[in-house]
Amino acid sequence: MTPTPPYTPEVIRQHGLTPDEYARLEALLGRAPTWPELGVFSVMWSEHCAYKSSRVHLRRLPTTGPRVIQGPGENAGVVDAGDGWAVVFKMESHNHPSFIEPLQGAATGVGGILRDVFTMGARPIALLNALRFGRPDHPRTPYLVKGVVGGIGGYGNCVGVPTVGGDASFDACYDGNILVNAFALGVARADRIFLGRAEGVGNPVFYVGSKTGRDGIHGATMASEEFGEGSEAKRPTVQVGDPFTEKLLIEASLEVMGADLLAGVQDMGAAGLTSSSCEMASRAGSGLVLELDRVPMRETGMTPYELLLSESQERMLMVCKRGREDELLAIVRRWGLDVCEVGRVTDSGRFVCRWHGDVVVDVPVGALVDEAPCYDRPRIEPPSPTPLADADLPPMADAGADLRALLATPTIGSKRWIYRQYDHMVQTGTVIRPGAGDAAVVRLPETQRGVAMSVDCNARYCALDPYAGAGLAVVESALNVACVGARPVAVTDCLNFASPERPEVMGTFAAAIDGIAAACAALETPVVSGNVSLYNETEGRGIHPTPMIGMVALMEDAAAAVGSGFPTDGLAVVVLGEAPPALGGSVWLGLRGDPLRGLPPRLDPAAARKVIDALLAAHAAGLVASAHDVSEGGLAVALAECTFAHGVGVAADLSAGEGPLPARLFGEAIGTVVVATADRDALLALAQRLGVTAWFVGPTGGDRVVITVDERRVVDAGVADLRAAWEAALPAVVAARGPL
Amino acid sequence: MRFTVVSFPGSNCDHDCVRVVEEVLGEQAALVRHTADDLDRPDVVLLPGGFSYGDYLRCGAIAARAPVMAAVRRFAEGGGPVLGICNGFQVLTECGLLPGALGRNAGLDFVCDDVWLTVEGRATPFTRGVRRDAPLRVPVAHHDGCYFADDATLARLEGEGQVVFRYVDAAGRSDATANPNGSRANIAGICNAAGNVVGMMPHPERCAEPLLGGVDGRLLFDAVRGVLS
Repeated sequence: MTPTPPYTPEVIRQHGLTPDEYARLEALLGRAPTWPELGVFSVMWSEHCAYKSSRVHLRRLPTTGPRVIQGPGENAGVVDAGDGWAVVFKMESHNHPSFIEPLQGAATGVGGILRDVFTMGARPIALLNALRFGRPDHPRTPYLVKGVVGGIGGYGNCVGVPTVGGDASFDACYDGNILVNAFALGVARADRIFLGRAEGVGNPVFYVGSKTGRDGIHGATMASEEFGEGSEAKRPTVQVGDPFTEKLLIEASLEVMGADLLAGVQDMGAAGLTSSSCEMASRAGSGLVLELDRVPMRETGMTPYELLLSESQERMLMVCKRGREDELLAIVRRWGLDVCEVGRVTDSGRFVCRWHGDVVVDVPVGALVDEAPCYDRPRIEPPSPTPLADADLPPMADAGADLRALLATPTIGSKRWIYRQYDHMVQTGTVIRPGAGDAAVVRLPETQRGVAMSVDCNARYCALDPYAGAGLAVVESALNVACVGARPVAVTDCLNFASPERPEVMGTFAAAIDGIAAACAALETPVVSGNVSLYNETEGRGIHPTPMIGMVALMEDAAAAVGSGFPTDGLAVVVLGEAPPALGGSVWLGLRGDPLRGLPPRLDPAAARKVIDALLAAHAAGLVASAHDVSEGGLAVALAECTFAHGVGVAADLSAGEGPLPARLFGEAIGTVVVATADRDALLALAQRLGVTAWFVGPTGGDRVVITVDERRVVDAGVADLRAAWEAALPAVVAARGPL
Repeated sequence: MRFTVVSFPGSNCDHDCVRVVEEVLGEQAALVRHTADDLDRPDVVLLPGGFSYGDYLRCGAIAARAPVMAAVRRFAEGGGPVLGICNGFQVLTECGLLPGALGRNAGLDFVCDDVWLTVEGRATPFTRGVRRDAPLRVPVAHHDGCYFADDATLARLEGEGQVVFRYVDAAGRSDATANPNGSRANIAGICNAAGNVVGMMPHPERCAEPLLGGVDGRLLFDAVRGVLS
């Protein structure tokens, strides 16, 4: 039975609308909405689609630069990669579905981000993912880790796009809300970028891809609510992925675009047919009329409401140039996909849907998009973190034991168990594989160039100081790509926060935006695309602010990329940069209780910029044999990690450091880099010339990690022994059997 | 010399094979679709990796019945060199051009990693002259690479020199720790009785350029080029 107005407050609430928003909707329409219209407003005005709590703040991000071809607002950002090529990339969250159903939730997250990229006319050449799980011993963690990794692998492997890198860590704040952020990058000719615009009055609109089913209805609304008891019952709102169809859709779409048949194109992602139609019409200032009864359907008895809100996967909406319809049909059918003309572009400025001739939706596009609610929600300034007195530091009995314990934490431990399940070599372009360097490097087809990518965010820093923490995520990801030898050029972000309706959360969001903006401005890496995921909380417990940063960087010669491991004996190990080591929020502090104490690392984007410039100059001069940035676990962990790849040990003297011993070894000095070089004098001279502190700590060689401070040997451990602990960390987590 | 690469819906290493042929070997490549009834004048046929038809039903099962396979069979039965890589190996077992079957990895997870292989058995077009004194390093990337054949078939394969690649460690030892997927007798690749049809799970096309961290895979392509020219 179709409900008819007036709607009860309960029905309005179930559509994620407040009483005020519903009143505004009626005022805009001048009448009560039809049932399908109520569904359309419900998704278009959701936090997920409308960014209603975040828009006022996102405006503060730097989004322009000489290399930017397309900034935020389209399906993905586009940056000039030189020689007429462009890289197209974006990162997006699939947190809520992945917590409810990890395998399909993560898989469809990969599918969605791929569509955002190839929708722009770019062939996807790389995937990365940033994962945040609850504490390792939480009973649900093994199930979630295995499901998410299996889902990402199952999808990416089948579509034939290599998953070349990523980041995974564990913290109790994600016990009830894991994060699955997927990043995709593609390449296109810079003058052949396709936009999501419904251009050209009278042009036919084609539906291409999988049939529409009842899966995922109200997914966007679900992603705009916090979890509570009974979230499991929301499993039907999670979509099911079919990577085989996605692979066909990639090939068919790129072929259609290559034949110049399209006036506009957009994938059907969150809020499905509704949002792809309305966003395309809104960007072009046009209108659309859709014949919903023509949409290919998977099930019988589907209603207009369901068709408009379904989030069935692997579907595209293509606006064909008039007169080219037969060519489009021929290509799509050759790939064995469903295709149907479902509507036309109009100049009415209205989104109109008919069902067997009857108008069931007729609303102004502007009301759905431009008039969507936009809130400057109340916020409380985050409290300033307080320094941790040396006297309050927990005691450290055995630095070697602590080093081993840090390497054995799943956050620092090897991620091989994960990336071994991802095909990271398909397309034969992977130059730096996962685990081999600080960033993934993939060659750009038909050129000598390489593109480096890294995803990063330390949420403990953000919990202590969201401004510094968010900026540090930018700094660290920029250092990662500089370590392999690439110049950072642009950023995509995925801003994961708790409920925006809590002023303290909104305060952290605003501060994080300012931190990202400051760091991106200093590094000249504009934000060209991104995504906001709010309401990451369960029963009132929110996640730490987690503004994930995806950094994209370019290098002239992909063959010049270097890894993070010491390649041979007899090299000089030099630490570049003078960022002070910080124990606030450190993994070491977490070994001894609550890590959320003290000051996080200092954010100094200008200093980081100097280090990056020096590092790239050293790369250009051929002085870098390996490079690895100091991050979680501090300098001692960074040194140990450098020994694992090739089994080449190190003897380091850290006497020149400052502060108490735990800080010197395990303080997280974000902004410093461990470089191995064959020409110590040249590297030190180069650093001095560029005004960057450089500090020789010792030679590579042997099969032990030896660290000396003030003539005291504080660490002396076998490389093989440390590596075994580091490699066992993640398998130990997933070996535990937990309940579903 | 002309290499035909067969492309099924869901093949995703077809372009990687074309790339090696054209850009590494400097030879001609033809990409032929699953519906073709002709292989476009091949000297060599490559069945590439990927997830043909989504791996639905069983890996390679639907591709084995695709129209183009009639032409592949004719070419193979005429003695033409055919190499099936990964999913291509699965297709060759499913269509009966090679014995045995490939099942789910013993560890149940997808495995993407470098492995070491010894070259042994008869001199196939893809292994003639390839070094046998030291193992090759070649990547694998598969979920269903566990080679199975019954005892009689296995004995015949070993006896007739039809086991052409075996998983070993870097030192050349063939044992359980060197086996990435639980294959019987560490088998990574086999050939047919005539020796012209070869199937292997590892991906030689992924290690044919120094930029990608290895060049041992190139040896197989060079071998077939040497045999035919």
